[in-house]
Amino acid sequence: MKQLFTFVRKEFYHVFRDKKTLLLLFGMPIAQIILFGFALTNEIKDADVVICDYSNDNATRQIINKIEANGNFNVFHKIMSHNDIESAFKKGNIKLAIIFPSNFNSDLQHLNKAQIQIIADASDPNTANTLTNYASTIIRTYQAELSKSSAIPLAINNDIRMIYNPELKGVTNFVPGVMALVLLLICVLMTSVSIVKEKEMGTMEILLVSPFNPILVVVAKAIPYFLLSLINLTVILLLSINLLEMPMNGSIVLLYAESSILIITALSLGLLISNSTDSQQTAMLISLMVMLLPTMIFTGFMFPIENMPLPLQVISNIIPSKWYYIIVKSIMIKGLGFTAIWKETLILVGMTVLLLTISIRKFKIRLS
Amino acid sequence: MRILKFLLQKEFRQIFRNPSILRMIIALPIIQLVVLPLAADFEIKNINISIVDHDRSDYSKALTEKIIASGYFNMNDFGNSYEQSYKEFQKDKSDLILEIPEHFEKNLVKENASSLFIAVNAINGTKALVGSSYLSQIINNYNTSIRSEFIESQNLSAPQTIEITNLNWFNPHMKYAVFMVPGILVFLITMIGTYMCSLNIVKEKEVGTIEQINVTPIKKYQFILGKLIPFWIIGIFVFTLGLFGVARIVYSIIPVGSIILIYSYLSIYLIAVLGVGLIISTYSNTQQQAMSLAFFVMMIFLLMGGLFTSIDSMPEWAKWISRFNPVTYFIEVMRMVVLKGSGFADIKKHFIVISSMAVVFNTWAILNYRKTS
Repeated sequence: MKQLFTFVRKEFYHVFRDKKTLLLLFGMPIAQIILFGFALTNEIKDADVVICDYSNDNATRQIINKIEANGNFNVFHKIMSHNDIESAFKKGNIKLAIIFPSNFNSDLQHLNKAQIQIIADASDPNTANTLTNYASTIIRTYQAELSKSSAIPLAINNDIRMIYNPELKGVTNFVPGVMALVLLLICVLMTSVSIVKEKEMGTMEILLVSPFNPILVVVAKAIPYFLLSLINLTVILLLSINLLEMPMNGSIVLLYAESSILIITALSLGLLISNSTDSQQTAMLISLMVMLLPTMIFTGFMFPIENMPLPLQVISNIIPSKWYYIIVKSIMIKGLGFTAIWKETLILVGMTVLLLTISIRKFKIRLS
Repeated sequence: MRILKFLLQKEFRQIFRNPSILRMIIALPIIQLVVLPLAADFEIKNINISIVDHDRSDYSKALTEKIIASGYFNMNDFGNSYEQSYKEFQKDKSDLILEIPEHFEKNLVKENASSLFIAVNAINGTKALVGSSYLSQIINNYNTSIRSEFIESQNLSAPQTIEITNLNWFNPHMKYAVFMVPGILVFLITMIGTYMCSLNIVKEKEVGTIEQINVTPIKKYQFILGKLIPFWIIGIFVFTLGLFGVARIVYSIIPVGSIILIYSYLSIYLIAVLGVGLIISTYSNTQQQAMSLAFFVMMIFLLMGGLFTSIDSMPEWAKWISRFNPVTYFIEVMRMVVLKGSGFADIKKHFIVISSMAVVFNTWAILNYRKTS
C-alpha cells in the first residue's frame, strides 16, 4: 500500500510539474462548456429572407407584417426574378425567397384560392426545412384567422404542451452532450500517452526492474487523472447549473457516482491505447483522430441516433459517452432515480471491466 | 535551394520510415468520410407516438388511422390512461403523447368545437418542434377533410384557402449527405494538417534532434518550409482521395463548380492550417502539451465552424469567434462551389481572408520560433 502511495505521488509530480498541460486540463473544459453552451443551438435565427411581392395588396401586406414580426427572419423586400434569386443563393446572401404572385388578394376573395411560392436554398437541408416550416406556419395561422371571422363548423383545437423544456432551449440538449464529450475525451487523451511516454523515454525499464508489482504501475498512472477529472466535473456542473441554467432535478450523489464510472471507463480506454502503441505520436493520433468525430456524432446530442442506418446504430452502442449522455439527461432534466438508469449503468460498468482486463493483459512486463 | 532539398529529403524519409503513422493519416480520414456522413442526418423521422383514446368513436379512430398512415410516426403504444403512456415517455420510448378526450366526437358535432391534448418531450427542442408541427398538420388536414364533407352535405360555401408550394433548389431530394460530405472532408484535412505539423516539430524538441538543426547554418524559414511542404503534399493527396474517391464513388457528389477553383483555395487554406500547427508547436515543449493545445483548438474549429450547427443562429460574440476560424471559410467555400457552382466572384472575400490568415499565422510562427532556447 505504501508503495502504491509513493507511486501515485510520483505521478502527481509528473502532472503538476507540467504547468502548461495542467492549465489546459482545467482551462479547456471551462472554456468549452461556456463557449458551446451559449453558442450551440439547432434553432435557426436571423435568417436572411427575401420577399418578392408582385401583388402588394391588403392581404399580402398583412402576411408580410406577420413574417416580419417573427424573430427568426431578417426580411428584405425586393422584386427578383428566378435568375436573380439563384445568383443570390450562390453568393450566400439569402436563404429563402417567398413570392406572392400578382392579384393575390383578388384571387383569394373571388376564387377563394390563392398561391404563395416558397423557394429554399436546400444545399443546407436542415435550414431549408426549418425555414420553410416557419414560413408555412405563419401563413397557415393567417389563413386560420381569415376563416375565424366567418364562423366555421367542426373546429378541432390542439392544446400542445412542451414537457421538460417548455422554452425549447438548446442548452438542455447540448450541455449533457458536451459534458460527456469533454470528460471522455480529456481522460482518454491524458492517460493514453502516460505509459507510452515512459516507454519512449526509456524510464519504463527502471520501473520494471524495481520490486514494484507491474500492475500497480498501471493503476498508479490512473489515480491522479481520476481525481483531477472529479474536480473538472465539479467545475463543469457548477458552470452549467449557475451560468447556463441547466436544471438539476435529480440526486447529485447519483450523478457523481455515474460520472465516476464514465471517468474510469475513459481511463481504462486510455490505458489500453497507451499499452498497445509504441510511440506517443501513434497514441495521440488514435485518441484524437479516431475518437473526436465519432464520439461527437455517436453520442447522440448532434444527430438523432434512431435516424442512422442500422449498422451505425449498432456501432453507436460501443461509444461510452452515448450511455453517459442518456444517464445525465435522466438525472439532471427528468429527475429520475437509479431504477430508471440501471441498464445504462450496467453497460458502462461492463465496458470498464472489459477494457481494464484487456489493458492489464496487454501490459507487457518484458521489454522487447 | 539545395539546403531545402536536403531538408525535404530528411522529412520524407522520416515520414515513410514510420508506415503505421502514414497508413493512419491516409486511411483514417477516408474511413471516417465514408461512415460519418451516413450518421450525420438531421432529418426528423421515426417520431415515436403514444395515443390515448378515451373516446373510441368513429372520428377518433379515423384520426388515429390518419396519423399512422402518414409515415412520420412510429406507433409506440395505445395507452389506457395518460399516466400509463407518460411512463413510456420517461423511458424515452415515446416522444409524443396524443390524448383524445371523452366525448370528442359528440362535442365536435354538437358544439362545433373540440380539443385534443398533445404532450411533447422537448429535451431536444428541434425534434419537439418538428414532431408537434407534423402532428398538428395531420390534425388540421383531417379537420379540413371532415369539414369539407360537412360543408358539401349542407351546401355551404367553401372557405378561403392559401396554397403553399415549396421548391428546394440545389438539393431537391434534401439529402443530408450531400451537405455533410464536403464539410467533413474539410475538417478531416484540417485535423491531419494541424496535428501532424505540430507533433512533428515538438517531437524533434523532445528527442533533442532540433538542437542539431539549430547549430547548422539552416535558416529559420528554410526549416519551417521543410516542415510545411511534406504535410502540404499529404493534405492535397488526402483531399483528392476524399473528393474523387469517396465523395464521387460512394456519395456520387460531383462538384458543380470549378475544380481548379477548389484546388487553388485548398492550397492557400492548407498553408494557413499548417501555420496553426506551427504556432502550436512553438508554444509547446512536449508532445503532450502540443496535443492538448491542438485538441483544444480543434474542438473550437469543429464546433464553431458551422459544420453541424448554423453560424447564423449563434449570438453575436460567437459569430466573431467563428470569423477568425479558417475552417468556417473553407466549409462555406466547399458548400458553395461543390453544391451550388458559385464562381470566383462569389467567393472573392473568402480568398482574401484565407490568404491573410496564411500570412499572419506563418509570420507569427516564424517570429516565435527561436533557434536559441
